[in-house]
Amino acid sequence: MTGDDGRQVLRAVNLTKAFAGDGVAVTAVRGANLALEHGEFAAITGPSGAGKSTLLHMLGGLERPTSGQIWLNGQRVDQLSQARWAVLRRRHIGFVFQFFNLVSNMTVADNVELAAIMGGASRKQARARREELLGELGLAGKAHAAPARLSGGEQQRVALARAMANRPLLLLADEPTGNLDSAASLAVLALLGRVHADGQSILLVTHDLRVASAADRVISLFDGMVVDDAPMTAPRHPTPLPDVLKLRG
Amino acid sequence: MRMPLLALLAKEPAHGYELKSQLEQIFGEAYPAPNIGQIYVTLQRLERDGLVRGQDVVQVTRPNKRVYELTEAGREAVIEWIDQPSAGPRVRDEFFMKLALSPVAGTSDRLGLINRQRRHYLSQLRSLSELAVAADRRIPRLLIEGAILHLQADLDWLQRCQEDFV
Repeated sequence: MTGDDGRQVLRAVNLTKAFAGDGVAVTAVRGANLALEHGEFAAITGPSGAGKSTLLHMLGGLERPTSGQIWLNGQRVDQLSQARWAVLRRRHIGFVFQFFNLVSNMTVADNVELAAIMGGASRKQARARREELLGELGLAGKAHAAPARLSGGEQQRVALARAMANRPLLLLADEPTGNLDSAASLAVLALLGRVHADGQSILLVTHDLRVASAADRVISLFDGMVVDDAPMTAPRHPTPLPDVLKLRG
Repeated sequence: MRMPLLALLAKEPAHGYELKSQLEQIFGEAYPAPNIGQIYVTLQRLERDGLVRGQDVVQVTRPNKRVYELTEAGREAVIEWIDQPSAGPRVRDEFFMKLALSPVAGTSDRLGLINRQRRHYLSQLRSLSELAVAADRRIPRLLIEGAILHLQADLDWLQRCQEDFV
């Protein structure tokens, strides 16, 4: 069995994850199937406790599945050792977390350059990549600041730059707007939209359906299972406008 | 439609077309363009009810136009309307009726119903988010933000239904 026909950057087959609780096994993910094509932007959404983050962590190699398969760019990866996963992540996956997870005693620039170097770039290439990314994300002026001097929205943009530093095959984002106010959320969302428009494959986990609705596809998770996988094919401007817009008077 | 027209006339007398373009100007593309026929009919009824007074203005090259001004009763009605608290949240319950009645009607795939409705709301949410980004004036932008928040509440409600039914 091969992973796919070459169009898929990611495929999960019948993925499960059980945690050993206090003598009781708790199943967080029960038989999830999903696939992401190259260049696609999908959002996984669902109530808290639905298994969203566990699923994403398995797909990024941060948690080992209890059973099932994961294929990344045609290669089966669910049985890789932690060390092999670490190499895979450094080279081919970008991760954005809810709480930014920037290295606090390094400058913004060094956070991004380090990720590029770990991804296989030379120092010179890493510097060029950092300049390019911080420029695109509107952070060129903050390059030499410490992360703690930045607002939450800015820190998340740095985290996005860091995640993109290795030109990842796949960008995984776990509640990237979960810790931001609505204006900063929209800014981060707009940037995700821009990197997606440049061809970046993105899989994002969010409980915020406004964020989810920006994706090409919305995968609804409920009680550890995919209950809906909906392409977002809305007209750019609906006619007639939704009822909710009709004012009374 | 009645009260917004009265509110606009509180500033100065106007004819139907002026009122239509004022509404469009204030509320922008987020507001469904008022139908001019509807505006004329509403103005006639307001006049019948003694809230406005109309006067025909003779135009040489075009048909006469009727200019409306607020009466004293109309002015009081506007003030009362603005000062009163408005009715509470709108629960648009047609979907909920379907959800509640689908087993009775013999189609009991509630998860399917909920999924279809979620897709519908999500695509509306997407369109509204795009409109919100494009809206550069305050009133239209806040109107769209309000619609987005209502939709998010509808989606939360859908999730509650799913948790309970499925």
